[in-house]
Amino acid sequence: MNTFIYPEYEVVRNQDNCIACRVCERQCANRVHRYDEENKKMIADSTLCVNCHRCVCLCPTHALKIVRSGDTYRENANWDMQTVNEVFRQANSGGVLLSAMGNPKNFPVYWDKILLNASQVTNPSIDPLREPMETTVYLGKRKCEVVRDQNGKLVDTMSPSLKLNLPVMFSAMSYGSISYNAHESLARAAKALGTYYNTGEGGLHKDFYQYGENTIVQVASGRFGVFKDYLEAGAAIEIKMGQGAKPGIGGHLPGAKITEDVSATRMIPQGVDAISPAPHHDIYSIEDLRQLIYSLKEATGYQKPVIVKVAAVHNCAAIASGIARSGADIIAIDGFRGGTGAAPTRIRDNVGIPIELALASVDQRLREEGIRDNVSIVVGGSIRSAADVVKAVALGADACYIATAAVLAMGCHLCRTCNTGKCNWGIATQDPELVKRLNPNIASQRLVNLLTAWNHEIQEIMGGMGINSIEALRGNRLMLRGVGLNETELKILGIRYAGESL
Amino acid sequence: MKRIYVEEKWCLGCHLCEYECAFANSGMTDMVKALKGKTIHPKIRVEDGKNVHFAVNCRHCKDAICVNSCIAGALSRSESGVVEIDRNKCVGCFTCVLVCPYGAVMPDGDGHVAQKCELCTKNLCGEPNCVAHCPNRAIVYEERD
Repeated sequence: MNTFIYPEYEVVRNQDNCIACRVCERQCANRVHRYDEENKKMIADSTLCVNCHRCVCLCPTHALKIVRSGDTYRENANWDMQTVNEVFRQANSGGVLLSAMGNPKNFPVYWDKILLNASQVTNPSIDPLREPMETTVYLGKRKCEVVRDQNGKLVDTMSPSLKLNLPVMFSAMSYGSISYNAHESLARAAKALGTYYNTGEGGLHKDFYQYGENTIVQVASGRFGVFKDYLEAGAAIEIKMGQGAKPGIGGHLPGAKITEDVSATRMIPQGVDAISPAPHHDIYSIEDLRQLIYSLKEATGYQKPVIVKVAAVHNCAAIASGIARSGADIIAIDGFRGGTGAAPTRIRDNVGIPIELALASVDQRLREEGIRDNVSIVVGGSIRSAADVVKAVALGADACYIATAAVLAMGCHLCRTCNTGKCNWGIATQDPELVKRLNPNIASQRLVNLLTAWNHEIQEIMGGMGINSIEALRGNRLMLRGVGLNETELKILGIRYAGESL
Repeated sequence: MKRIYVEEKWCLGCHLCEYECAFANSGMTDMVKALKGKTIHPKIRVEDGKNVHFAVNCRHCKDAICVNSCIAGALSRSESGVVEIDRNKCVGCFTCVLVCPYGAVMPDGDGHVAQKCELCTKNLCGEPNCVAHCPNRAIVYEERD
């Protein structure tokens, strides 16, 4: 017999306010709400609720809220409730626990222990509303040597690069893990903003080739949907070696999500599970990686920058050093808080390292080895706000990747059940009835709003520091001070403690 | 003129528009007071089929058959193009209900007179309330002529 696990959250309905319009019932894919004809009132079964807040948001009289149920076992600092329930769930099912979105555990968030500088008296701050403030970023190799041809003219051919109007891009989410409408929203927003979205490893739907100039196409271990037109469609090609949410393991898109369209885009049979292997079976070394990078460059006429994306793991500085020498133009590092459509819970919650530490160590290592200009660095894995972006740039990043923040803007409430495929917000689902809940006309505008707001904030913060160009902020760790950090953490981050002067 | 159009592609069949319509025309400012425990008689109706949902309300036809067929002169087309109904003139013959090709005219809650969407021009909203509250922008109010 399965052990009953009392729901962690419960639906609370203010019956005085409920007008029994049944919107909650119609909008819940988990069938939590139903109308009791006999008593003429709505009732809810909290055991089915995933706490996605769709009903709460749509209730016209605000009669609903979702609260912690409060049911508790005897308190135990070692065996907390979730740990005990996970044992019950595994004893019930015999299965590996699956989770979605990023690591929710209480690990330190270093962004929140880093504070930014501002100008006072001796150096003027800048008002971004009145003076120019540059947030445009170019990603790719930078040439440091001055080379002249035989006539003494400067050789000014630049390596292929990406131009971003602001230092933020949408990171990889595949068509399959997220819906057609979600992809359309990201593509349209990227185009409107002058930045890029990323196909993830699911191929590029034929309808979205029109957004190619703002698309980064991904080549991952499953090679789904990869062919010449696909590679040529994007502005850059990303080789995905790893993902922050699940370093060291591959992916698994259940057959139920391989609908006709997804199957055509991924070039795999309909209804069959899509398995991305853990490693690329042709890459066992930096030399192998170099071969793939140059294969892709050859296939696209050396016109597109190649990004190599790795998860932030213990040895990432050395790995990044290898990548910087492998011919890649951009390194993307994904921290352990990065999201996912599905990952084994133990991997998500226990593998990888914080992006702040990974970024600082990678940037430092590449500088020490004199190869920092070989590559641009893009970081992701829980960039939550404009302040995180500014701190990341000051730690050495060229730009940031956001995905969790982007799906939040589209409606996600972080219920972390993407793996069920019953996303009530129409994002992480392929059910046509649910997908249509995400209207790209609304969602793309919300994404544009979010990043427009962030860009204003970035400019405001930079102005406060007396910096008028994001280029002048990059790697400028003197603009950062730590609080609540120990010596080792400060050393790795390469920053001083708050109160220490120059 | 600006009319209400429904994009079937985005209609979720949540039926919120029906409740927002009933509230808008209740004359009250509190939705709970207006609708709690009551059967609503909205002027917009969501038609549900299998996987198809579509909100239907008055199209404000240029040559409105309901206006032409009204035996009491209760239905008329205003200068701005809104097809209006005068409750005081309506005799409840429901010819308009029968002739409307969209099923957008219906008896009101009491069943004595006909009612139809008047684009919230006669209530406190000013702009159509169903449009303002559609969660997926499936109902839009725009000029398309």
